[in-house]
Amino acid sequence: MKNTPVQLHVITRIVAFIILAFSVFLFFAGHNNPGGGFIGGLMTAAALVLLYLSFDLKTIKRVIPFNYSKIIGAGLLIAILTGIVGMLFGFPFLTQFDEYYHIPLLGETHAASALPFDLGIYLVVVGFTLLVILTVAEDDS
Amino acid sequence: MSTLHLVALAPFIMAIFIPFFYFKFRHIHTGWFILPLPLILFIYLIQYLPLGGGPMETVERSVPWVPSLDIHFTVFLDGLSLLFALLITGIGTLVVLYSIYYIANKKEEPLNNFYVYLMMFMGAMLGVVLSDNLIVIYVFWELTSLASSLLIAYWFHKEKSRYGAQKSMLITVTGGFAMLAGFSLLYMMTGTFSIREIITYGDAIVTSPLFLPAMILILLGAFTKSAQFPFHIWLPDAMEAPTPVSAYLHSATMVKAGIYLVARFTPVFGGAPEWFWIITGFGLFTLLWGSVSAVRQKDLKGILAFSTVSQLGLIMSLLGLGSAAVHFDVVDGQSLYTVAVLAAVLHLINHATFKGSLFMVVGIIDHETGTRDIRKLGGLMTIMPVTFTISLIGIASMAGLPPFNGFLSKEMFFTGTLNSTTLDIFNVQTLGVIFPAVAWIASIFTFVYCMIMLFKTFTGKHHPERLEKEAHEAPAGMLISPVILASLVIIFGFFPNLLAYTIIDPAMQSILPGLLEPGEQFYVNIYHWHGLNTELFMTMGVVFFGSMIFLNLRKWQETTFYLKERDPLNWFYDSGLVGLIKGSTVVNDVQMTGRLRDYFTYMFTFLVLGMGYMLWNTGALAVDMANTADISIYMYIITLSLVLATVVIPFVSSRISAIVLMGVIGFLVALLFVVFRAPDLALTQLLVETVMVVLFLLVFYHLPELKKETFKPAFRLTNLVISIGVGLVVTLTALSAHALSYENPISPISDYFVENAYALAGGNNIVNVILVDFRGLDTLLEVLVLGIVGLAVVVLIKFKAKKGEDV
Repeated sequence: MKNTPVQLHVITRIVAFIILAFSVFLFFAGHNNPGGGFIGGLMTAAALVLLYLSFDLKTIKRVIPFNYSKIIGAGLLIAILTGIVGMLFGFPFLTQFDEYYHIPLLGETHAASALPFDLGIYLVVVGFTLLVILTVAEDDS
Repeated sequence: MSTLHLVALAPFIMAIFIPFFYFKFRHIHTGWFILPLPLILFIYLIQYLPLGGGPMETVERSVPWVPSLDIHFTVFLDGLSLLFALLITGIGTLVVLYSIYYIANKKEEPLNNFYVYLMMFMGAMLGVVLSDNLIVIYVFWELTSLASSLLIAYWFHKEKSRYGAQKSMLITVTGGFAMLAGFSLLYMMTGTFSIREIITYGDAIVTSPLFLPAMILILLGAFTKSAQFPFHIWLPDAMEAPTPVSAYLHSATMVKAGIYLVARFTPVFGGAPEWFWIITGFGLFTLLWGSVSAVRQKDLKGILAFSTVSQLGLIMSLLGLGSAAVHFDVVDGQSLYTVAVLAAVLHLINHATFKGSLFMVVGIIDHETGTRDIRKLGGLMTIMPVTFTISLIGIASMAGLPPFNGFLSKEMFFTGTLNSTTLDIFNVQTLGVIFPAVAWIASIFTFVYCMIMLFKTFTGKHHPERLEKEAHEAPAGMLISPVILASLVIIFGFFPNLLAYTIIDPAMQSILPGLLEPGEQFYVNIYHWHGLNTELFMTMGVVFFGSMIFLNLRKWQETTFYLKERDPLNWFYDSGLVGLIKGSTVVNDVQMTGRLRDYFTYMFTFLVLGMGYMLWNTGALAVDMANTADISIYMYIITLSLVLATVVIPFVSSRISAIVLMGVIGFLVALLFVVFRAPDLALTQLLVETVMVVLFLLVFYHLPELKKETFKPAFRLTNLVISIGVGLVVTLTALSAHALSYENPISPISDYFVENAYALAGGNNIVNVILVDFRGLDTLLEVLVLGIVGLAVVVLIKFKAKKGEDV
C-alpha cells in the first residue's frame, strides 16, 4: 500500500458523486433543458469510469456488482415496452403521453411517458459504455 | 391441349418413363419400348399430307402458357413444319431401331440416359418446328442444345466427348441467346410473338431501324445451330457422340433447325438485300469451306461432319437465292427464284436420307472393324457387301450422280445459282458469276471426298492386322435402317414427283407465302433429263475434274494441306477460350488484390468521378455566396485550429499523438456546436469524445508493436490526389446544394417542431422531444445498435477462437 494515491482516492470519492448527481440532473432535465437519457447515461458512465480508474477493478466490481450486458437488455426492454403500452390502448407504436398530476410531496408534477423511454436509453448507454471499456480493459491476452 | 400439342410433348412424357423401363425390364433392350413412339407420331403426321391433291390445310391449336406476356403454346402446322416433323419422327424411328443394335451391350451401357436424352431431343425438336410463338420456339431451341450436349458427352469419361459437348454447348447457346435478343427486337417492332402475325407486319419491319439488328441476331442463332462458317467448328468435334446420335442430330435434324429458322423467317426478312447477301454469301462460303475441309479428313465421321457442313451451306445459300423471289413477281407459280427454294426443300429431304444412311453405314464399319480411320480401312467390298451397296448409293447421291436423288437437287442447285447471274437487283449482275463458280468448285471437292470415302474404305487391299476386330458383315437388325434410307434415296431419285405436290409444294408455300393467289400452287416438276443444258455440262465437269484430282491423290497426299486435319478456325476457339480464362484471371488478380486500401481507392475514385460527372453534367454545380451568414472572428479561430489539427494528423508518426489530435478535433467540433447553439449536441460530443479517447487509449495499449509501414511515393501521391478529389467533390456538392436551395425553396419541417413541441409533447427541449417523441423510433433503433455493438465487443474479446479452432 506504499504507492496508494491518497489524494486521488479522496477527491474521486467526492467528485464521483457530484458527477453522478449531475448526470441524474441531466437525465431529468432533458425534457425542458439540455440533457436527456443519452447525455445522462454518458455522464454516469464517466463517473463510474473515474471510479474504475482511481481504484482497481476488483474493488469497484465488489462495490458495484452490476452485469452491464443485462443492463443493456433491461434498457432495451423498457424502451420497447414504453412503445408497446400505447399499442394496447389502440395507439400507434411509440405514442408518447404526458399529463399533469398533483402528487402530495412533489406538488404539481409533469409526468410524461417519454421519461421511461429515456430511462431505457439511459440504461443502454451506461451499460454499453462500461461493458465495452471493462471488457477491453480486462482482456489479458 | 390438342393432339398436335401431344405430338411435341409425347417424347418428354416418354422420357419420364424410360428409367422405369430400363430398371424393371433389364433383359429387354430399352430401345424396343421407345421404338413405337416415333413411329406412331410419324404415321399420325402423315395424315396431314395433302395426299389427294390440292393445297395443304394448315392447322392451328393454341394453349395459353403465360398469357400476360403474350406467350402461348401455339402449334401451327403448315407445309414446312410438316416436312420437318416428318423428318424428325421418320428418321427418329430409324435411328432408334438402329441404336438398339448399335448399343447392344445393355448390361454395361447406361441406356436409360441415352434414351432419355434422345427423347428429350426429339420432343424439343418437334417443339421447335411446330411452335408458332417465338418464346416457345426459343425454349425448345435451348432444349435441343442441352439435349445435344448431353448426347455428345454420352461417354462422359472420355476427354474428347466432354470437349466436344462443351464446345457445341458454348457455340449453340451463344447463338441461342443472340436469337432471343433478335426475337425481343421483333416483339418491339410488332408487339406480338406469333410468327404468322409478324409476317403480316412485313413493311413495318423492313422500314424499322431495328430491322438489321434483329435480322443479324436471329441469323446468328440460325448460323450457330446449322454449323455455318465460322461457327461450324463444333460439328466435327461433336462426332465423339455415339453414331446414332451423329446420324440423327448432326445430319438430319438439329443442324437443320437453323435452316428451318431461316426458311421460317424468309417471309419476314426475305426480299431485303441484306438478307439475300448474308445468307447466300455465308451459305456459299460454308459450302466451299466444308467441302474443301472434308477432303483432308482421315476419319470417316470427320468427312461426314464436314460434308454436312458443306451441304448445309448449300441449302442455306439456296434459301438465300430463293428469298429474291419475294422481291419479284411470280407468274403461274413459277419464277427464276422459286427454283432455288424448290431445290432447297428437295435437297433438305435428300440430304436427310443419304446423310442419315451414310452415318449409319460408318457406324456399322466402326462397329465391325473397330476403326473409322481411312488409312487403316480398305478392301471391305467383298467382306461387307450390303454395307458397301448402301454406301455406294449414299455416296453417289451425295456426289450428285444420276440416277439418285442427289443428282436432281444438284442440278437444281446449279440452275438456281445460274439464275442468280441474271438477277438485276442487289447489284448482282457483276458479282453474279461468282455464285455458280463457287458452287461448281465446291461440287468438285464434294465429288473428291465422296470418291475418297468410297474407294479408301471399300476397295484396295484388306489389312486385317490393322483392325481391332475381324471384319464381317453387320447383323441384319443394324442394316434395316440404312437399307430403308438407301431405298428412299433410290425411290426419290426415280420418282421425285412423289414428293412434288405432297410435301415440297406445301413447304414452298410456307416459305414464300403471299406470292400465289389462293388455291394456286407452285409449279413443281422434277425430272432427270433437262436436255443438253449448262447444268449438265457443269456436272460433267465436276465428274471429270473430281476424278482427275482423286486419281492424282498420291501427288498431293504429302502436302501439309492434306496432312493437317483440324480446321484452322479451331485455333480461334481454343485460344479464345484459354485467353478468356487467362484474361479473367489476370483482370481478377489485378482488381481483387485483397488489400483494403486498393478497394478504398476504387470506391473513392468512383465516388469522385461519379459525383463530379453528375455535378458537371446536370449543371448542378452552383456556388453562390450571396445568402451566407456573417462569420464572426471566433469562428475563424475555431475553424483554423480545426484545419490545423486535421492537417497535422497525416504527418504525425506516433499513435498516441494521433489519438490526442483526434481528441482535439472532437473537442473543437464540440466548440463549434456551442457556437452554433446546439447545447445537447455539444454535451454529447464532449462526452462521447472523452469516452472515445479513453477507449482508443485502452485499445492502443493492447496493440502489439507493429512494423512501421513505408509507402511508395507514387502510392502516397495517389492517396493525396484521391483525398483532395473527395474533399473537393463533397465541398462542391455541399456548396451547390446550399446555392440551389435558394433557387428551390423548401420550407423546413423544423417550424412544425418548434411550434408544437410543448403543445403536443409537453417539453421545451425541442431536440429531446424530437428524439424521444416525434422520432422515437430512430432513437430506439440507435440504442439497439449500441447494445448490439456492446455485445459484439464482448463476443469478440471473450470468445476468441483458440489456436487451430475453426469457426
